[in-house]
Amino acid sequence: MDPEALARLEAERRRWEATTLREALAARPERRERFSTISDVEVGRLYTPADVADLDYLRDLGFPGEYPFTRGIHPTMYRGRLWTMRQFAGFGTPEESNRRFHYLLRLGQTGLSVAFDMPTLMGYDADHPRAQGEVGREGVAVSSLADMEVLFEGIPLDEITTSMTINAPANVLLAMYVAVADRRGIPRERLGGTTQTDILKEFIAQKEWIVPPRASMKLVQDMLVFGARELPRWNVISISGYHIREAGATAAQELAFTLADGIAYVQAGIDAGLDVDAFAPRLSFFFDCHIDFFEEIAKFRAARRMWARIMRERFGARNPRAWWLRFHTQTAGVSLTAQQPLNNIVRVALQALAAVLGGTQSLHTNSMDETYALPTEEAVTVALRTQQIIAYETGVADTVDPLGGAYYVEALTRELERQAWAYIERIDALGGMVAAVEAGYPQREIAEAAYRYQQQLERGEKIIVGVNAFVDETPRPIPILRIDPEVERRQVERLRRVRAERDPARVAEALHRLREAARRGDNTMYPILDAVKAYATVGEICDVFRAVYGEYREPAII
Amino acid sequence: MPAESKIRILVAKPGLDGHDRGVKVVARALRDAGFEVIYTGLHQTPEMIVNAAIQEDVDAIGLSILSGAHNTLFPRILELLRARGADDIVVFAGGIIPEEDIPALKAAGIAEIFTPGTPLGTIVEWVRRHVKPRGVAA
Repeated sequence: MDPEALARLEAERRRWEATTLREALAARPERRERFSTISDVEVGRLYTPADVADLDYLRDLGFPGEYPFTRGIHPTMYRGRLWTMRQFAGFGTPEESNRRFHYLLRLGQTGLSVAFDMPTLMGYDADHPRAQGEVGREGVAVSSLADMEVLFEGIPLDEITTSMTINAPANVLLAMYVAVADRRGIPRERLGGTTQTDILKEFIAQKEWIVPPRASMKLVQDMLVFGARELPRWNVISISGYHIREAGATAAQELAFTLADGIAYVQAGIDAGLDVDAFAPRLSFFFDCHIDFFEEIAKFRAARRMWARIMRERFGARNPRAWWLRFHTQTAGVSLTAQQPLNNIVRVALQALAAVLGGTQSLHTNSMDETYALPTEEAVTVALRTQQIIAYETGVADTVDPLGGAYYVEALTRELERQAWAYIERIDALGGMVAAVEAGYPQREIAEAAYRYQQQLERGEKIIVGVNAFVDETPRPIPILRIDPEVERRQVERLRRVRAERDPARVAEALHRLREAARRGDNTMYPILDAVKAYATVGEICDVFRAVYGEYREPAII
Repeated sequence: MPAESKIRILVAKPGLDGHDRGVKVVARALRDAGFEVIYTGLHQTPEMIVNAAIQEDVDAIGLSILSGAHNTLFPRILELLRARGADDIVVFAGGIIPEEDIPALKAAGIAEIFTPGTPLGTIVEWVRRHVKPRGVAA
């Protein structure tokens, strides 16, 4: 805006405040003294062009498909191709999960997303004493290649892309996926999908780890090299803010810590000798979409702009695809309530809408019953239909970045960006994300934010319908998916059969070669693949890492 | 000094799930309310929790879980407390625990179960009323 127009606008604004607004406030005061987002970013009464006066369209927004990609990474966005509808699924035995995968594909889902149970996430076999009571409960149990073969039975691995939410033992599960494809004769270059592999986020938030941070980063590095050589369509790391946000982070913290984790992985790839322009385009992101509508849209737009600048300016990447922030989104599990669970359908719809308006490439909509358990078929169907209604009925996917230029959205995008850069500078000053994690810095910041938010809830400054307002004591139970305790017994049985039938000399030899590779600092992915093919288990392979690198124990901070 | 400042509570996270947002918020709220709080950290086995409770000579144990393993892990903790002669330690719990599991857990000896959305003040108030320093006549 030219200075004259801006001055006129400011003068008009003062006039409006002195007249129209003043009268209105005198007649009826506002609902609250201070308005703020769910992350406690202060929200102004009204935004005008003056709030974004120094926004330079070409520098800060640009055109979709062009740097800095604020308005989207593709020139036509959803006019060309809708986002991938990818419902996270997995529970009980590999057989049951396989049935759910086939069900979701029949419903029109366009990619698979696998949830693993806690023992698998921690690198324990189903018969480990620590696995008792946990097998198949929060995801599917996978202890050996035999489980993986059942899990992907009848799924065309060269046509469907698969995302696997696995981190500490991501190297083992990726090797299993490759082994299934090898056995079926599917060329490795046709395998498309994602392993989450974001171990830094585990130390910060989700907390399913095996070995300490620096050793973990070495294993991730081995995967990056393996992926670059063998799996050109595989996203080796999905840098994840989701769990950071769910653990209580603000939107700006989610943005900052996720991008700072991304910086650490890019550095790890460069340190392993990879060409940034070759491997960075295969990095993808995973964000949470919380309930504060505009704040989330702003977060996604800021994320794209910041990552483009990080890749181009900080790492000197020259391939435009290395500047792209491609991301999957999941609606916020933490925003769902056990009280009045049908309300969750509405929450999820609004969050999914924000994710689409924010330009996501892939979306998981939570099911209404997920505060209790994994979703029933009916609940997951409604969740998927929500995405289809947004895509095909509302018209919001028919133009690119429809909220671009909205004064509030642009101002909020910049505010989140400002807060996130401040965190990234602090993390750089601490010596990077690995050092920051070792110092407990992001963990403490998140715990602080979670506590602050909880206090706002207690004081009624933030409202959750059905929880601290509009409470309804009448119980209205909904159907819940129960995991049969038999699952654990059946899994343990299969595991024992696998151990009895495999060639013990071949397993011992493979584990020995893995141990030697880990000790020498060689790439561990190739020996892991051999061990997996010999039917060594997740627990046995992870025990090698525990023995070589030691187990991680977190300092308990409250 | 108020009597409640002597109450010692072990706050523990049994099982493998790493979701510690809730447990940390509750631990801080209990500490801010004037109790002595010892937080075990994550991934605790029933044995680890009971050992810590006895070593730290606590008056109560607060358990938090959402992985669905409560029906296995909670009764095991109560059993170990009984075996060690420490079943006068009050055990309460919170997390994602379906309504229909609650009666059996209470029958097994969990004094109270707080489900999602419980105000922190409710938990603090309950502790004030139901936990007394051990060895002191109630």
